[in-house]
Amino acid sequence: MRKFSDKIATLVFWGTALSLGALLAGVLAFVVNRGWAALSWEFISEPPRDGMTAGGIWTPLVGTLELIAVSMVATVPVGVGTGLYFSEYATDSFFTHVLRQSIRALAGVPSVVFGLFGLSLFVIFLGFGSSMLSASLTLACLSLPLMVTASEQAFRAVPQDYRDASYALGATKWQTIRKVVLPSAASTIITGVILSIGRVAGETAPIIFTGAAFYTPGVAQSLFDEVMALPYHVYVLATAGTNIEATRPLQYGAILVLVGLVLGISSVGVWMRTRLTRGQ
Amino acid sequence: MLHTRKRGTTSPHFGGWGDRVAARTALSVSTVCILIMGFILYFLVKESLPVLKATTLSELLFGMDWYPQETPPALGMFPLIMSSLAVTFLSSAIGLPVSLAIAVFTAEIAPRRLRNLVKPLLELLGFIPSIVFGFLGMVVVAPWLQDRFSLLTGLNMANASALLGMMMVPIVGSLADEALCAVPRELRDASYALGATRWETIRRVVLPSALPGILSASLLGVMRATGETMVMLMAAGGAAVIPRSLFDPVRPLTSTIAAEMGETPVGSEHYHALFFAGLILLLITLAINLLSAKIEAKGFKLKGGNL
Repeated sequence: MRKFSDKIATLVFWGTALSLGALLAGVLAFVVNRGWAALSWEFISEPPRDGMTAGGIWTPLVGTLELIAVSMVATVPVGVGTGLYFSEYATDSFFTHVLRQSIRALAGVPSVVFGLFGLSLFVIFLGFGSSMLSASLTLACLSLPLMVTASEQAFRAVPQDYRDASYALGATKWQTIRKVVLPSAASTIITGVILSIGRVAGETAPIIFTGAAFYTPGVAQSLFDEVMALPYHVYVLATAGTNIEATRPLQYGAILVLVGLVLGISSVGVWMRTRLTRGQ
Repeated sequence: MLHTRKRGTTSPHFGGWGDRVAARTALSVSTVCILIMGFILYFLVKESLPVLKATTLSELLFGMDWYPQETPPALGMFPLIMSSLAVTFLSSAIGLPVSLAIAVFTAEIAPRRLRNLVKPLLELLGFIPSIVFGFLGMVVVAPWLQDRFSLLTGLNMANASALLGMMMVPIVGSLADEALCAVPRELRDASYALGATRWETIRRVVLPSALPGILSASLLGVMRATGETMVMLMAAGGAAVIPRSLFDPVRPLTSTIAAEMGETPVGSEHYHALFFAGLILLLITLAINLLSAKIEAKGFKLKGGNL
């Protein structure tokens, strides 16, 4: 009887895992199958035409890359700096405690609340308007906790011996950080950046009212332009487009590119991290 | 570790001008994180308080009618709050058991090779943008549900909850797997030595000792579900009524904000009411977050704090 229930349990767990795997493979195959038909060089390289019922996804694709770039410029220095503070400077003080709690709280804030925050601070209060800058900064706030955690772990993974050796040679703390700690932690930090990009690239809710455009005729030229973004473009085509049914192939194509982009970036990150941790 | 933190003890150059600038910079940069969290709280409170001039707190929280575009607007959020709670509950009922089963599978049952393959895949699954799930819910799941159960609309609570449940699996599964793996080898060996089967060991030994970690992982998953927007926006249907069946369309707080914020003039009562909805969401997620931190801390103490 006991052996029997053990067998049943094993079967149930294998069954759950396998059916989840099958479901996922099915979903992925479905998206690839439907999206593949729409995919072509023109689809990638041409802007949407004819009221977004034809053409490609060039404008939203570039917009998403622009959003990623600007948000990373904002979040990486702050994230790495805070990680450095936690690992090298923090003492068991009230400030450190508040900082930890803030970052933990920040990680749990719903993405749509980040959108509201971005709207009230960047768009209205600071007067950036609905723009690439506002949207990027909102995304930067959203990815900040990821960046902090990743870089703190990176700095902590540097063996203490390295620091001691550097001090023994007469280096100051800052020289040690700059010449020893940062270089040793760099590849892990880059992995963290890549994973943050994977997280940010597909976010839709935070940018809806901070800078994502329904349609722009061309690629956004300045930080203060509204910008089309791939995930929002999919949402617009699927819910508010001029002809929702007729543009299904475009929607599947855009979804496939988005999934490909996000999974491509994140798998590089996951792969790099696996290699780095194996080396230790 | 300690001696590196005392200035001047390890190097004659220690605590020079450059060092102080660097330390100050790191300190001020990290203050930004606190500022952002503070600003989020401040701006949400500041932008949502004016709504209390137009209506009362109890009307907001327990009012049954949400007709924000009328004059005067009816700003009762009870159906929205109930929708959020119902979807969160249903998606947790679907997602948490699956997540836990996957975690037990990867941590206890899968052969090492398979585990090394499944864990990164599970993590990658967590990166799939929510818009993708929302889109699939809209164009695939909804028509299927509609045909299969001959419903008025396939965009409903069951649809959104099933998708949200799926989205929980990578987050909760990965975290619960870590909690299970942190259970010391010796406990399992002792159980096997007493003649227990693998299932008995999992159920009586491994799961109970990983319980704090599993609970905290589950709470983080629940928190994600409460705050999820795009799936709710695209697949939940959007009717501002209290759901009476699994197949009723619902309009949770998140999708209400996302759908309506674009159409309302800045500074209107509706605008402030949407910020109030955001504040409710923020407070719910903060509470769940705190609870999960408490449980984690407790689990840490139970293990004697040796991690």
